Amino acid sequence: MAGLENKAEIAPPVAVASEHQQVNAARTGSPGGVLVIDFQRVVVLLGRFPGLAGLDLRVSQGEIVVVRGANGAGKTTLLKAVSGLVTVAEGSAAVLGVDLRRDRRTVRRSVGLLGHQGFLYDDLTVAENIAFAVRAGGGNPERIEPAMARVGLAGRLRDLRVGACSAGQRRRTSLASLIARNPALWLLDEPHAGLDAEARDLLDTLVREAAAGGTTVLVASHDETRAEALATRIVTVGGGHVTNDRPVTHPAVTHQPHPGDHAP
Amino acid sequence: MLRDALTVLSKDLRIERRSKVTTTQIAPFGVMVLVLFAFGLDELVVRGPGESSANTVSAAAVSAGLFWLATLFAALLAVQRSSALEQADGGRDGLRLSGMDPAGIFLGKSAAVFLQLVVLEVLLAIGVVLLFDATLRNPLLLAATAVPATIVLATTGTIYATLTGGQRSRDTLVPLLEFPLVAPILLAASQATRAALDDRTIDGWPWVRLLVVAALAFTALGVLLFDAVLEDL
Repeated sequence: MAGLENKAEIAPPVAVASEHQQVNAARTGSPGGVLVIDFQRVVVLLGRFPGLAGLDLRVSQGEIVVVRGANGAGKTTLLKAVSGLVTVAEGSAAVLGVDLRRDRRTVRRSVGLLGHQGFLYDDLTVAENIAFAVRAGGGNPERIEPAMARVGLAGRLRDLRVGACSAGQRRRTSLASLIARNPALWLLDEPHAGLDAEARDLLDTLVREAAAGGTTVLVASHDETRAEALATRIVTVGGGHVTNDRPVTHPAVTHQPHPGDHAP
Repeated sequence: MLRDALTVLSKDLRIERRSKVTTTQIAPFGVMVLVLFAFGLDELVVRGPGESSANTVSAAAVSAGLFWLATLFAALLAVQRSSALEQADGGRDGLRLSGMDPAGIFLGKSAAVFLQLVVLEVLLAIGVVLLFDATLRNPLLLAATAVPATIVLATTGTIYATLTGGQRSRDTLVPLLEFPLVAPILLAASQATRAALDDRTIDGWPWVRLLVVAALAFTALGVLLFDAVLEDL
């Protein structure tokens, strides 16, 4: 029952020039055209309530897609569905080439979710939490120290118990775990929440760097100014489906995915 | 699977060492049960129906039952604590997203609870000998009893605590589910422990064989079912 190891072992996404992909590439300006997320008429039920009600979304490698919408519109449910945390009841859902209706578990090691909860243990230190996330996710331990340094958690903070950390430091710890794990697909749910201006800028820089390296990023955000500056495409969700989907005319990132960096 | 189990085990043990829940709550609770019963039973006599003479309760019989009673309550505390670790800050979703083998997660969490209970049982065994004047006639039999019985407590507790982890009433549900399941196991464990503690009228080894079978069965059940238990049902 061994899980697949991060990007290196995940099956490559469907890379054929399908009609959907051509439409998607044309619409988004995505250079690679390699579909990382391929959701068609996806329905997710939260109890009896449809969290997603026939949602269509296709995202290609290297894109930074910002998902907007009112509270309860389905943004978080979409991220959870993409990560395989909730069951897709109807429709077709593939992430990194894995059919989520058949197998929700395989894709998880290649997906990093930074959500409202940080998946942190209060009694472990910052460094121990990140090390656990990397070991559990089958990542490379050599990435831990650079990741901590990148988000400003080196020095005395690394040995601080997370229970004693501020909200911003906890957020940085989760972010460092994500960077250290280096998944092929980042799912960020209100990632700027709880961060100061400097940390928000850092986060945006990290997202752009990751995307430039071929990582695909899906961001749920209410921060319109930052979203506009960060995104290569903005998708608006309402009532559990996509109500608007538009490319950003002045993308902050010039896509130059490096195929060698990511298996997808 | 084993690599994942070791990762989870080391994480849980590190947290317990840091939080000191075992040493400050679980172990004192178990020892307190023994101490209180030792005082309470000091003058106890049992009169059978129609009997005119008083018979004192044998130390082995009382202490074996108390040993497992204290272990059971401590096990409930330990598994609920183990489950609570994963409820805070979305740890359960974090484990699911890690892509670790659910069987490995189950084995790691069960092993952490098992090791905490073993530490407690060593303390309890010392307490039984000191407080109840019991003689440890067969230490090997006691160890052979304690290991599989504790495995049953740890594995079933881990399954139920994880299964009820998202429920508000989980603190009530775990004992309700756990007690009926482990009652026969603890009866067997008490009999074998009684045999180990100076009671020459009982052969403890058949009970040990029963406990080993139960430990293997519940461990196999957890390995096979924990994926479904961990996911949203």
